[in-house]
Amino acid sequence: MTSPDKCRRKLVVVGNGMAAGRMLEELFARAPGAHDVTIFGAEPRVNYDRIMLSPVLAGEKTYEDIVIHGDAWYAENGIDLRRGERVVAVDREARTVTSSAGTVAPYDELVLATGSDPFVIPVPGASLPGVVTFRDLDDVEKMLEAANKGGSAVVIGGGLLGLEAAAGLALKGMKVTVVHLMPTLMERQLDLSAAYLLRRAIEKRGITVETGANTVAIFGAGKVEAIKLEDGRTLPADLVVMAVGIRPNAALAKAAGLEVRRGIVVDDHLATSDPSIYSVGECVEHRGACYGLVAPLYEMAKVLAARLAGEEVAGYAGSITSTKLKVTGVDLFSAGDFSEGDETDEVVLRDPSRGIYKRVILRDGHIVGAVLYGDVADGSWYFDLIKKHADVSEMRETLIYGQAFQGGGAALDPISAVAALSDDAEICGCNGVSKGTIVGAIKAKGLTTLDEVRAVTKASASCGQCTGKVEAVLAATLGAAYSGSSRKPMCKCTDLTHEEVRGFIASKELKSFPAILQELGWKTSCGCPTCRPALNYYLIAAWPGEYRDDLQSRFVNERLHANIQKDGTFSVVPRMWGGLTTPAELRAIADIAEKYQVPLVKMTGGQRVDLIGIPKASLPNVWAELLAAGMVSGQAYAKGLRTVKTCVGKSWCRFGTQDSMGLGVKLEKLMCGSWTPAKVKLAVSGCPRNCSEATVKDIGVICVDSGYDIHIAGAAGLHVRATDLLGHVDTEEEALEVCAAVLQAYREQAVYLDRLYKWSEKVGLDAVRAQIIDDLANRKALYQRFLVSQRAVRKDPWAERVAGRELHEFMPLAKLDIIPAPVEA
Amino acid sequence: MEHKREYWFDLGLLTAIPVRGARTVQVPRRDIAVFRTANNEVFALENKCPHKGGPLSEGIVHGRKVACPLHNWVIDLESGHATGADHGCARSFPVKIENGRVFIDMGVAAAA
Ligand code: SRM
Ligand SMILES: Cc1cc2nc3c(=O)[nH]c(=O)nc-3n(C[C@H](O)[C@H](O)[C@H](O)COP(=O)(O)OP(=O)(O)OC[C@H]3O[C@@H](n4cnc5c(N)ncnc54)[C@H](O)[C@@H]3O)c2cc1C
Ligand code: SF4
Ligand code: FES
Repeated sequence: MTSPDKCRRKLVVVGNGMAAGRMLEELFARAPGAHDVTIFGAEPRVNYDRIMLSPVLAGEKTYEDIVIHGDAWYAENGIDLRRGERVVAVDREARTVTSSAGTVAPYDELVLATGSDPFVIPVPGASLPGVVTFRDLDDVEKMLEAANKGGSAVVIGGGLLGLEAAAGLALKGMKVTVVHLMPTLMERQLDLSAAYLLRRAIEKRGITVETGANTVAIFGAGKVEAIKLEDGRTLPADLVVMAVGIRPNAALAKAAGLEVRRGIVVDDHLATSDPSIYSVGECVEHRGACYGLVAPLYEMAKVLAARLAGEEVAGYAGSITSTKLKVTGVDLFSAGDFSEGDETDEVVLRDPSRGIYKRVILRDGHIVGAVLYGDVADGSWYFDLIKKHADVSEMRETLIYGQAFQGGGAALDPISAVAALSDDAEICGCNGVSKGTIVGAIKAKGLTTLDEVRAVTKASASCGQCTGKVEAVLAATLGAAYSGSSRKPMCKCTDLTHEEVRGFIASKELKSFPAILQELGWKTSCGCPTCRPALNYYLIAAWPGEYRDDLQSRFVNERLHANIQKDGTFSVVPRMWGGLTTPAELRAIADIAEKYQVPLVKMTGGQRVDLIGIPKASLPNVWAELLAAGMVSGQAYAKGLRTVKTCVGKSWCRFGTQDSMGLGVKLEKLMCGSWTPAKVKLAVSGCPRNCSEATVKDIGVICVDSGYDIHIAGAAGLHVRATDLLGHVDTEEEALEVCAAVLQAYREQAVYLDRLYKWSEKVGLDAVRAQIIDDLANRKALYQRFLVSQRAVRKDPWAERVAGRELHEFMPLAKLDIIPAPVEA
Repeated sequence: MEHKREYWFDLGLLTAIPVRGARTVQVPRRDIAVFRTANNEVFALENKCPHKGGPLSEGIVHGRKVACPLHNWVIDLESGHATGADHGCARSFPVKIENGRVFIDMGVAAAA
């Protein structure tokens, strides 16, 4: 040990963690022997690699493996290490610090490297024994002790630390649940697709994941026994790990009167508001940012060491950070800005069969962010390009294939690229089909279409993601003879058609946006305005009651339950069941129209009244008054059931054969609220004179003496088309059942935005008839499925809004009548 | 000499604006649409489509763009410019998020 020297400057360091250790290493390398160093460390041990606590918990490493500086290092460098001594005060006048053990140490320069404190959510029971944080070796020892007894653990927090703790505890045999407040895991580091894959991987380890779950209390007599969630559920827990975030540990600095905001404020040379006190590590706030990863701290440490060594250096300018998760078998990487974009500013590559997702985000020819899951080999390459702000416009086409792919010459068009592949190259990963197998089948069996190739070889029959490649093989093999396909991909995000996507949603039980996008290999990270509304509809139709409607994927009319007009006002159309009304309803409508000074009241072509020109902010009030008078939304805005027009029918008309008004009302009550691929209009006429124009409706019923003729597939808009007669039924019950079965078949089979006649023309009238008229069991099954899906939409959308559902959205965020005087700055 | 004029006005919590949606701010001379993207960025544009004045606040937000609800022009939220084949520009205003709250520069928004 070197002896204290009067000429050497006295350097006191508070905190013996990773930042302090690295800073001193850098300092000793630059100015050996220039300082007398005293370190106070609140932990009773030498400096160790905190990052590696996760592998210690998982049993993959021991404490000895993760020590950074052993006793010898302190001795060699003449450091006076005060382990287990917490600094409790700084006297800036006297330039001394005082420790919990009463040591008073004078300093010329003081470095605060106090790190962060784990945040403990202030719920009742948070201080019970058995509730631990995840920050230092003591915490790990407590967790290991609990894990040895087995039982269940709840980890609060689904970020980096929480997931590493959960994985470690699960490996130790505990039954683990992760409770996370946000809807997706690691939401600050991952986009939705990567978070979806991560969740799947975590669940595969037997860990239960509860997202959108808020912990409100922790229970136990003498030690923790359970936690309680906001939704009322309790989860048993022998151990609770709080991993909900960290807070810069700035208390000492604050008490000493230094400038502190979120952290200890430092300048680019890590000086605090007192020029002889510096700070480094997680405890600092630099240019408004606080960091929770080591890379930025190491950059700071270098700058501070140079400064203390008396060198002139460029200051610290802040860091871009990247994230990795240390859970064995889970490979993920993210860096920079990965905000949602569209196809013009991102490149996406997915391999559903191998669980790979890669996304690189570009702005103005530069990479600004990257998210990788499953294959992270190129993470550091992308990170480097981000930090260097390199221009990558030249390699955009091949960027996503990684560094190894660069410099491989010009990118080939897909057909030449496939033609250049060897015969044993794999085309379909799911079913292991090689190019040779496909080419062989095409030649041997004379296949000419994608569907034939699929049927014979199974290529692209599982996730469909290689559809484009299989088509390219067809084109390369058949040359000019390949007519191309009549297949129309859904949008530029995928090669799959609407029908194929619908098929996969059902067969692979895809129940969310991220599940569809990943498992079907979407080429964008979050879809586009074309596919989002369609997928939203397909999910609603496939999983009634289970899937939650995504309002932001809907056009304004469906989002606000009213039709937007050219001046930005809205129209309001209440239901008049079957076109029937009463004096009381008309009076209420008249009163409302006067009260709200509705500019135009009009009879629609659908046998009801339209109140036109209502400002957005008045909608909830107008609805409330209509509801009070017993009226509900007429869904004149919806891709759903619009109107059921009726004529007078048997109850009054001299020609009427059946109760057309009654049946119309029953049909409207049965079907209202239903979401459909495009709008749906019905009509019921009391006799073949057809006064309600039933033969130009999506479904039209014409009453005859012997019962009901059911017509389908009419239209009278952009395209005028008379209906086709589907069949005849004898009773009103059967008429209702057949109409609902037709509607359900259309809901389940049609392409989004196709009117009913388009669907019927695509599948063929005979096929519709076979499903519904000839196959009675199938008709009944369709009818039952329709009833089930209707259960999920029973609530009137106006009533829900008036009752307060996101009511604020109808109000401006702020309204300013006076212009505030600008302040001169 | 030109002075830099800033007047940051607190519009309230970011969470009051729906994700992939917008709310409006009414100032004497115009309505301003304040958008929130899927990744919690905010942008402010005059609530008037350069095509025929459609209320952009009611459009579908995707990435950093919004599709006008009237005839589907796609407007860039950052610059206010129409994208693709269409030409025109909605005026944009400075906004920022601090501590989860949204601020708009009223010096710019209310003047001119
Ligand atoms: C209000 C109404 C006109 C009227 O004053 O009578 C009307 C108004 C609109 N129709 Fe209609 N249609 C109205 C009856 C019809 C009818 C007649 C009928 O239903 O018996 C038809 C022809 C029948 C048919 O649909 O086959 C009709 C065929 C269309 C079409 C063409 C649809 C097609 O697939 O060919 C459109 C365009 C579209 O939907 O894309 C359309 C679209 C529209 C829109 C929604 C345009 C729009 O997107 O803004 C108009 C909304 C104005 C508003 O704010 O209310 N409207 N529209 C009628 C409302 C009926 C109701 O009570 O709900
Ligand atoms: C389980 C876990 C996994 C992690 N994984 C990663 C990862 O994969 N990648 C990554 O980049 N980062 C990771 N981190 C974060 C990383 O460990 C921290 O960023 C880093 O340790 C911070 O260094 P520091 O020196 O600022 O603080 P610390 O390392 O926390 O050191 C501060 C020290 O100061 C002591 N102290 C505080 N106040 C006083 C006082 N008044 N007197 C005396 N001593 C005091 C504390 O006891 C502590 O020992 C992980 C952290 C944890 C807990
Ligand atoms: S026909 Fe329908 S869509 Fe056309 S102007 Fe009239 S109401 Fe509007
Ligand atoms: S007014 Fe916006 S697209 Fe026409």
